[in-house]
Amino acid sequence: MSSAEIDVILLSLKVAFWSVLLSAPLALITAYVLARKQFVGKILFDAMIHLPLVLPPVVIGFALLMLLGRKGPIGALLDQYFGIVFAFKWTGAALASGIMGFPLMVRAIRLSIAAIDTRLEFAASTLGASRLRVWTTITLPLALPGIVTGALLAFARSLGEFGATITFVSNIPGETQTMPLAIYTYTQVPGAEAQAIKLCIVAVLLSVAALAASEWLNRKADHHAQR
Amino acid sequence: MLSVDIQQRLGTFELNTSFASAAPVIALFGRSGSGKTSIVNAIAGVSRPARGRIAFGERVFFDSTTNLWTPPERRRIGYVFQDGLLFPHLSVNDNLLYGRPRLPRARPQIDSEKVIALLGLAPLLDRKPAALSGGEKQRVAIGRALLSQPQLLLLDEPLASLDGDRKAEVLTYIEKLRDQFAIPIVLVSHALDEVVRLADTMVLIDSGRVTASGSVDDIMSRLDLAPATGRYEAGAVIETRVESHNARYDLTRLSFTGGALTVPHVEADVGARVRVRIRARDVSLATREPQDLSIHNILRGTLTEIRDETGPIVDVRIIIGEAALIARVTRQSIDRLSLKTGQPVFALVKAISLDRHSVGYA
Repeated sequence: MSSAEIDVILLSLKVAFWSVLLSAPLALITAYVLARKQFVGKILFDAMIHLPLVLPPVVIGFALLMLLGRKGPIGALLDQYFGIVFAFKWTGAALASGIMGFPLMVRAIRLSIAAIDTRLEFAASTLGASRLRVWTTITLPLALPGIVTGALLAFARSLGEFGATITFVSNIPGETQTMPLAIYTYTQVPGAEAQAIKLCIVAVLLSVAALAASEWLNRKADHHAQR
Repeated sequence: MLSVDIQQRLGTFELNTSFASAAPVIALFGRSGSGKTSIVNAIAGVSRPARGRIAFGERVFFDSTTNLWTPPERRRIGYVFQDGLLFPHLSVNDNLLYGRPRLPRARPQIDSEKVIALLGLAPLLDRKPAALSGGEKQRVAIGRALLSQPQLLLLDEPLASLDGDRKAEVLTYIEKLRDQFAIPIVLVSHALDEVVRLADTMVLIDSGRVTASGSVDDIMSRLDLAPATGRYEAGAVIETRVESHNARYDLTRLSFTGGALTVPHVEADVGARVRVRIRARDVSLATREPQDLSIHNILRGTLTEIRDETGPIVDVRIIIGEAALIARVTRQSIDRLSLKTGQPVFALVKAISLDRHSVGYA
């Protein structure tokens, strides 16, 4: 495997890692709100969260480009005041794939939070635990299997992200060219099928590993709870 | 002194409850769905009533007129839920220590070694809740509540989810904790034998309202409440002391203000206080002192009340000394013996009817 191909794989992993790490806290809060709270407009909010699951990724990418591009209303502000630029940077790729994986992560966490008996939290509070302590010692540990599953799903989804990424941050080798983009590029070049196939195999292996890890952790969590 | 006065609408159900008691063990008694759990939830602070006031001793937890509300974590009330509600991801030991006060200088009054010994938890400490039996879970739940150093302990149907043997086991532990720790207890129950065995004061709850409250003896001997306490189970409770044991026949003689009762052997020292429940259906009446009878317990008393009822069966109340008994007889017998209130009668109680479930250690 050439160093260019290894760079592509490492960049993909970096993008996926940061997209999951930064979207996880937001996904946790969103999942908690959806699982526990009732409010006006909840159905609409829920639909918004799930949009990336059903919209063509290119639409998300284009929307990001319009809003967060250097000339976009939010992008210009971020650049001017914070020096943060997403357009045509690997951070933009992480943002795009984070958004695409967000609904998957929210769904998994939401299910695990909904499965928690809220009376356990009452029990903790009658034992003197503050709301923060109830959250960190009861709610969070009991939701952990869902958080891990959601994070791994989002990680796998990020490794496969193509449409939103290429639309938003383009296909720049060494900066935004993740595995799917590199594979696409190789398929456009005559005689580069061998490289394309190598990367495809790596993509399959990584995805299978992520899914297997999530399954394994789930079983471990079940076993742990029953022992 | 625990005083509760709360109003709350829960769907079509309306809770409107008021009672106050300083008894060491207060029982909230009523059928399932009568609102008992809603009341303890409000005392614990798990749910907030619409209106009213809840106070324990000097501390007011809730007062809707001043908009006062103390959250559960600051009430220091131990709550043992019906199904234990142990934290499934923590070991028994970590469950027990969860509520341990966080201030290191505050020396706990209830120490964990004592609780672990009392409730027999030592062999369970490393296990996860999923590996415990129903009775063990309940014991851990009680221990966990105790170790949070509560000023008041709420037990919501602690025995309801258990089978016969486990019930007896946990009941014994609750008796021990009542006797060893001076923590007032509110016991929610729909089982009369538990209430009689454990409680001093009884609050009868029906459809979210208090229908009667008072000492267990008084409530149990009231004829008008017999339907509320259950037709089959209706009966009076008498406070007695162990006078002597008869080893040859394995019997125990219990004395009370109106005389003495002979019952199958009771596991208690001479002089110990023992509470006996005598079911109305186990008491017969005679107008003259009977002779040559197999029945041991013939008690002389005065008939004070005949429950005015249609139907073949009538409950009557007899005062014996300071105690009261209920007898269940046919209406035909009332007429045949021409029984009237104020009349002296003899109450006949078979010793055999006083099984171990009828006898509690007060």
